[in-house]
Amino acid sequence: MTATLTAPPARGDERLARQSAFSRLAGRPEIGALVGAVVIFILFFVVAPPFREAPSIATVLYQSSLYGIPAVGVALLMIGGEFDLSAGVAVISSSLVASMTAYQLSVNVWVGVLVSLVVALAIGLLNGYLLVRTKLPSFLVTLATFFMLTGLNLALTKLISGGVATKDISDIDGFASAQAIFAQSFDVGGVSLRITLLWWIVFVAIATWVLLKTHLGNWIFAVGGADASARAVGVPVKKVKIGLFMTVSFLCWFTGMHILFSFNTVQSGQGPGNEFLYIIAAVVGGCLLTGGYGSAVGAAIGAFIFGMTEQGIVLAGWEADWFKFFLGAMLLGATLLNVYVRRRAETRK
Amino acid sequence: MSLVQLTGVGKNYGNITALSGIDLEVGESEVTCVLGDNGAGKSTLIKIIAGLHQHSSGTYEVNGREVHFNSPREALDEGIATVYQDLAVVPLMPVWRNFFLGQEKRKGLGMDSAFMRKTAKQELLDMGIDLRDVEQPIGTLSGGERQCVAISRAVYFGAKVLILDEPTAALGVKQSGVVLRYILQARERGLGVIFITHNPHHAFPVGDRFLLLKRGRSLGYYRKDEISRDELTALMAGGAELEELSHELDRGGGGVAAAAAKMLEQESKELGITPGSTP
Repeated sequence: MTATLTAPPARGDERLARQSAFSRLAGRPEIGALVGAVVIFILFFVVAPPFREAPSIATVLYQSSLYGIPAVGVALLMIGGEFDLSAGVAVISSSLVASMTAYQLSVNVWVGVLVSLVVALAIGLLNGYLLVRTKLPSFLVTLATFFMLTGLNLALTKLISGGVATKDISDIDGFASAQAIFAQSFDVGGVSLRITLLWWIVFVAIATWVLLKTHLGNWIFAVGGADASARAVGVPVKKVKIGLFMTVSFLCWFTGMHILFSFNTVQSGQGPGNEFLYIIAAVVGGCLLTGGYGSAVGAAIGAFIFGMTEQGIVLAGWEADWFKFFLGAMLLGATLLNVYVRRRAETRK
Repeated sequence: MSLVQLTGVGKNYGNITALSGIDLEVGESEVTCVLGDNGAGKSTLIKIIAGLHQHSSGTYEVNGREVHFNSPREALDEGIATVYQDLAVVPLMPVWRNFFLGQEKRKGLGMDSAFMRKTAKQELLDMGIDLRDVEQPIGTLSGGERQCVAISRAVYFGAKVLILDEPTAALGVKQSGVVLRYILQARERGLGVIFITHNPHHAFPVGDRFLLLKRGRSLGYYRKDEISRDELTALMAGGAELEELSHELDRGGGGVAAAAAKMLEQESKELGITPGSTP
């Protein structure tokens, strides 16, 4: 069909009709989410007058960043063909470890922060190692970690702190500097923004660069798209998968640190349920649940949609329970769209 | 001197003999075809040459030096590249990303995308595949073209010997023709090609040597001037076995089965098989 033995083509190829900017955009994985985000923004802009004010937008962005940071890792992992049900709980595990290490051992909070990082990465390593070693589906492996972590969070907190929450650590050495990194607020034109927003942008930018411009990105797409083929051409499939699980753990740890340093104490029962938000953000953002396709920007837009909806429903004076219904409807819509997009991508031209 | 030479190679898995006493060689600008039915030991043989398995007896030489590969990577470092039937590419990824997958051209922390796009396009063109757009997902190419991308990739990355695992098995007549042309092209470039197939009609036009396998043993090893297409086909069809099959059908009774048996008998006569005598 396209194989001929003719002369080399001139610069550019006459068989390639110039694509308009619009049709090129329509081929991107995140386009569905972008359209959804615009529609939802307009909806709440119209029905909820308080939604139009700058502080509300700041709150929306803050809320979005809390979903968005772990969702970056979850999106990368999903492109790599796996998913992580333990992500939501791992966030809280990280804050609990940091908080209790610093409080119980009476050491600088940075020691707690680092111990927590090591523990978080170990959880990711365990997830990844079990997966590549046993070849079980990630659903089973991470479901197991999810329950184990949920139990550990509650039981160990009760055992060590004697309650369901950790002790306030705000007067321990190093708290101020840690708070400056993980949880400070700053003013832009009279609007108070949280630093997580900046971190979120940084993580999305790094993930996008890795995916599109580095060999690692190539490998991530390959292990998700066809791992046997990837292995056959020399891609270290197991290392890539383990690395992706550890990336998710790192970003969960980061979010956990934010929660710890903005509230000073942590409720040990929090977290379960959030893993689905991260996964749905990635799927709504155009990542294929089966792997091999998607983008970090898409997951960011997905998280932004949730941030907007969660705040918008409240600001519009509706019952907050509608949020859950909306989550489900959005997921269904996005999945159907994904099927369509994938078919298009496979039969383009 | 041969690029790859196997002498009396055998492979046992515990008490099971998967392969025994196999001789095979391929030199520069030569195509050696390995023919055999399912379960004949073709895949075991490729796995040994490709470095996935080690042979249990005999010798395996590359450029006259005896080798024992522990991984496909080691075989690749010696210039022995394998293109597997189904494992060639990642369908959703663009052609150029597939071309360089696993051996990306680095540039600083990232990779040199412009160079990779240009090179992929040029290399494919040199193999006679003129793509409109190397950005298109490789899944949009035809089966034959996908195989060809995998072949030209192996050539670009310094393969001296190409092992092709049933590259034409899943293809139609026209697409198979395209792949066979690339095999000849690779040969013209000085590569040695080991072409695994069960189709003598694909093997005969391109092959210089033919190794026939059956139940882990060599049924014959011929140079092109020692065997005709019909003899090759007859050997592949299993000579005596065809007869047996016809008797079996005959015994099964029924008019239709008897007719089929007649046809088989006729066919085996046309192929020049007389029971018990293999050329």
